[in-house]
Amino acid sequence: MATVTFDKATRVYPGTERPAVDALDLHIEDGEFLVLVGPSGCGKSTSLRMLAGLEDVNGGRILIGDRDVTDVQPKDRDIAMVFQNYALYPHMTVADNMGFALKIAGTPKAEIRTRVEEAAKILDLTQYLDRKPKALSGGQRQRVAMGRAIVRQPRVFLMDEPLSNLDAKLRVQTRTQIASLQRRLGVTTVYVTHDQTEALTMGDRIAVLKDGLLQQVGTPRDMYDTPANVFVAGFIGSPAMNIGTFPVADGIAKVGSAGIAVPRTALDSLVADDNSSITIGFRPEALDVVTEGTPDALPVVVNIVEELGSDAFVYGALVGEAGAADVHSGAGDSQVIVRVDPRKVPAKGEKIWVRIRTGEQHLFHAGSGQRITA
Amino acid sequence: MTPRTRLQITAAAPDPALLDLPWDVPLVDWPAERLAALPRGISRHTVRFARLSGRVVAIKEIGETVAYREYELLRQLSRLDVPSVEPVGVITGRTAPDGEPLEAVLITQHLRFSLPYRALFSQSLRPDTATRLIDALAVLLVRLHLVGFYWGDVSLSNTLFRRDAETFAAYLVDAETGDLHDTLTDGQRAYDLEVARVNIIGELMDLQAGEFLEEDVDAVAIGDALAERYGELWTALTSSESFGLDERWRVQARIERLNDLGFDVGELDITTDLDGTTVRIQPKVVDAGHHSRRLMRLTGLDVQENQARRLLNDLDQFRAATDRQNDDETFVAHDWLTEIFEPAVRAVPRDLRPKLEPAQIYHELLDHRWFLSEAKRRDVPMREAVASYVRDILPLRPDEESVMGVSAADLREDTDTTTLPVVPD
Repeated sequence: MATVTFDKATRVYPGTERPAVDALDLHIEDGEFLVLVGPSGCGKSTSLRMLAGLEDVNGGRILIGDRDVTDVQPKDRDIAMVFQNYALYPHMTVADNMGFALKIAGTPKAEIRTRVEEAAKILDLTQYLDRKPKALSGGQRQRVAMGRAIVRQPRVFLMDEPLSNLDAKLRVQTRTQIASLQRRLGVTTVYVTHDQTEALTMGDRIAVLKDGLLQQVGTPRDMYDTPANVFVAGFIGSPAMNIGTFPVADGIAKVGSAGIAVPRTALDSLVADDNSSITIGFRPEALDVVTEGTPDALPVVVNIVEELGSDAFVYGALVGEAGAADVHSGAGDSQVIVRVDPRKVPAKGEKIWVRIRTGEQHLFHAGSGQRITA
Repeated sequence: MTPRTRLQITAAAPDPALLDLPWDVPLVDWPAERLAALPRGISRHTVRFARLSGRVVAIKEIGETVAYREYELLRQLSRLDVPSVEPVGVITGRTAPDGEPLEAVLITQHLRFSLPYRALFSQSLRPDTATRLIDALAVLLVRLHLVGFYWGDVSLSNTLFRRDAETFAAYLVDAETGDLHDTLTDGQRAYDLEVARVNIIGELMDLQAGEFLEEDVDAVAIGDALAERYGELWTALTSSESFGLDERWRVQARIERLNDLGFDVGELDITTDLDGTTVRIQPKVVDAGHHSRRLMRLTGLDVQENQARRLLNDLDQFRAATDRQNDDETFVAHDWLTEIFEPAVRAVPRDLRPKLEPAQIYHELLDHRWFLSEAKRRDVPMREAVASYVRDILPLRPDEESVMGVSAADLREDTDTTTLPVVPD
């Protein structure tokens, strides 16, 4: 087992100017489950492939444990790409399916058997070891494939969107299985996905990338509670955070005739680049539905209500003078999302008044997009 | 409840017959009469062969995004002229009658006269069949790598083979894990090779476990041979060499060496050092198919590389025998085609034609004529050789247009573990 370190690791594709991965600094602890997440083209898969040895490193280095593997061949890195190939061999027993790679490598028979038995125990496959894959269920077959990687005892597991070709139901199931298995094995794992829900539910820590640059790395809770910039704020969380940029006057961010009070310390930190404006983010669950006339309340016209049983979300638009404000959310431009009491759901077309709960707003520089730590 | 979606077909040249297939039924439950009993490789997905407007298509159930991605990749590979299966289309929005959504499918054209490795590696394995298959796969892998394709899951199951004179030509069948890049890194190439090695050995060990391949065949050695063959070919095609200015003939020699390997040189980098005493050359662009392109230009025949090589040799002999060395080559080629090749191939009765591709039949005819001439100690004319071949040899060959191998009952299994068809060498 081992730590993984990206030390200013850079990948520039031939013929391009902008690096696909730009001076990535990231340290992954021994046994940690780290998820690389971001939109397509952000450099997450490239980062993983640099670690796997499939992409050249044009600057910086990559270490597995204390060993600099920057120029080491993929097969000599002691890593396992999981799930790339899990077709099982029909005539071999489950045990042989799991152990054949060791046989190729010339591992003694007794040792192969020990390692296969250990892996089978972890995967709940012990009783099937002498059967053929045909006798197994779909889920068990996937575990056999996982067993293939486990018996090799690699120092690091790499997974690149392993669930992308599974249907929705199996995806959720396998997600939980991988996460719990990883915890039982304690093998350092780097996992790539574009799906922030997958990232939040699986990772010990998450690293968010955009345009080849690391935006933030932290626990799911860190990312959710204190996003480092506007991009992370908008990317992490489902439904997405509402984010707006408003002019500031007299200590108040103006949203039409309403206003959002901004703390003194935040006002003091504004710079010229911010142009006397401030970006404020508020999650759907940070809004209270209030009565008309409540101070600082914003009017929202309901477009759609999404009822999920335990929750209900209003997708609406700011109206009145506030309608001109620059607000957007994951649902689109000039849309806001509000979590409402699922037992008191407003009707489509209705106007409701919402207010941001004190202390639950996120403040960012309008210029740089960086978080203002108040 | 899931909203009912509509069936959507994406295809470059949509065939209306596609609509007649039972898309509302999961592939595993398709009725046997819809299916073509072709042997399948080992796949993590459900794959079936079905009849469609007089041809056979392969249908694979796979996630929607992955299906579109693989469809596009296969199209790009076809455009790049890499031997691969032709994509037919993607079908999404399948639903069962009870409203349950079904997985998307990717449809590809079944490659006529192709042979899956499981049909070739059988108890009757001749020692050099393995070598010839591995050679074919090495050529395919080199060609894929030259155009910047990283396969990600090289295996015998993901490859189909066609006879190519005395050798085989390999075709890519599964591009699901692949990626096209401008150029590949050494790491990508090395990883592809390592995956290939492990997969091939695993597949052979599986055949041994099923007693389809003899125990004493050294699976590991066959897997290692791929890496070796690949390395030799890659070096021959891409390495740079330096020599003195007075050895300029080595430029032409290098080009001829590549032609012999079946490659054309599209671009050759030639640099000299500052004082101009040494020359360094390195092929930059090489295209496979040197002989098949030449034959195509001369005769319009579209055949594989080694078949072309054989036919070109026969054409050269025809030219010498008719003493027309000074004639325009295209005229001679036209006469050879109409006077020699076409009559020979046409002499094969229609019902025997699904046995082998015409060019392969001609290749075997040439072999047969040689054997006859040896036995009779005289030059046997083509007409006589054809008659003997059609009477004594061809009827005994299995049909290879679509190699049948599994019974309808086995099609219900996830993997065909029972009968393997035996195709003699």
